[in-house]
Amino acid sequence: MWIFFHKLASPPHFYALAARLVPWLAAAAALLIGYGTWAGLFVAPPDYQQGDAFRIIYVHVPAAYLSMMAYMVMAVAAGIGLIWRMKLAHAVAAGAAPVGAWFTFLALATGSIWGRPMWGTWWEWGDPRLTSELILLFLYFGYMALRASIDDPGRADRASAVLAMVGAVNVPIIHFSVEWWSSLHQGPTLVRRDGPAIEAAMLYPLLAMIIGFTLLFAALLLSRVRAEVLFRERRARWVARLVRNEGGSA
Amino acid sequence: MEMLAMGQYGWYVWSSFGLTFIVVIICVVQARRRHSSVFRAVAQRVELMERTE
Repeated sequence: MWIFFHKLASPPHFYALAARLVPWLAAAAALLIGYGTWAGLFVAPPDYQQGDAFRIIYVHVPAAYLSMMAYMVMAVAAGIGLIWRMKLAHAVAAGAAPVGAWFTFLALATGSIWGRPMWGTWWEWGDPRLTSELILLFLYFGYMALRASIDDPGRADRASAVLAMVGAVNVPIIHFSVEWWSSLHQGPTLVRRDGPAIEAAMLYPLLAMIIGFTLLFAALLLSRVRAEVLFRERRARWVARLVRNEGGSA
Repeated sequence: MEMLAMGQYGWYVWSSFGLTFIVVIICVVQARRRHSSVFRAVAQRVELMERTE
């Protein structure tokens, strides 16, 4: 087990392993998202209150879930990098940020599009769920801007890691906001003590979308971390060997 | 056609799915571009070093 982790943390090993994993993850993601989109749009019955507008959850829920998941990946990786001085962990954190920011934007935008016909408004400033999700987007921007503003990679890693870890406090706030405060946003539907409060015909496409988007996130993360590792290791001998062997094929 | 109309919510449903599709494409393209640009830069560096050696 430890040998596996030790090997995984070695940049050349990670670079090669990620290259093998990405196509499989992407293919599985495409299948699941394809099924989820088709079943969510055309097979699941319309909601008795929301009609067909409820179908927006098939893109909104995975995006919102991944916006938080990506942040946790970023914060935990940044923490590992800071505590154990593991460069690969910093590369993971740096790779997770832009993808997380895109998913956060998507969660906000699709939520807003859904809110217009359902709540009668695109946006509600006083709402805790909406506001905390917007703060998440700004945290991603802050993290990326901080990294970009420091030339020394070691210092950029450390400073941005602190920001990522401090900002992690926002994630449980987003998650529990609908329970702690009164919010326009509905409460949890899937993760409940008495089981998911959703019809099976609506649930399966949603699960497919959530798993599919998670695999897509993993594929995107690994691709970005590969680029990050290659850049950080550009002076290493294994990179020179790799470039000579692969030529322009990568 | 009726299925595509999504009741009275066609614009909202299709714009959400369309936006998601666009964002996914952007994410994929960005990730691929980043890797190939780093790879090219590294390859140039290696070539330059080999020439000067």
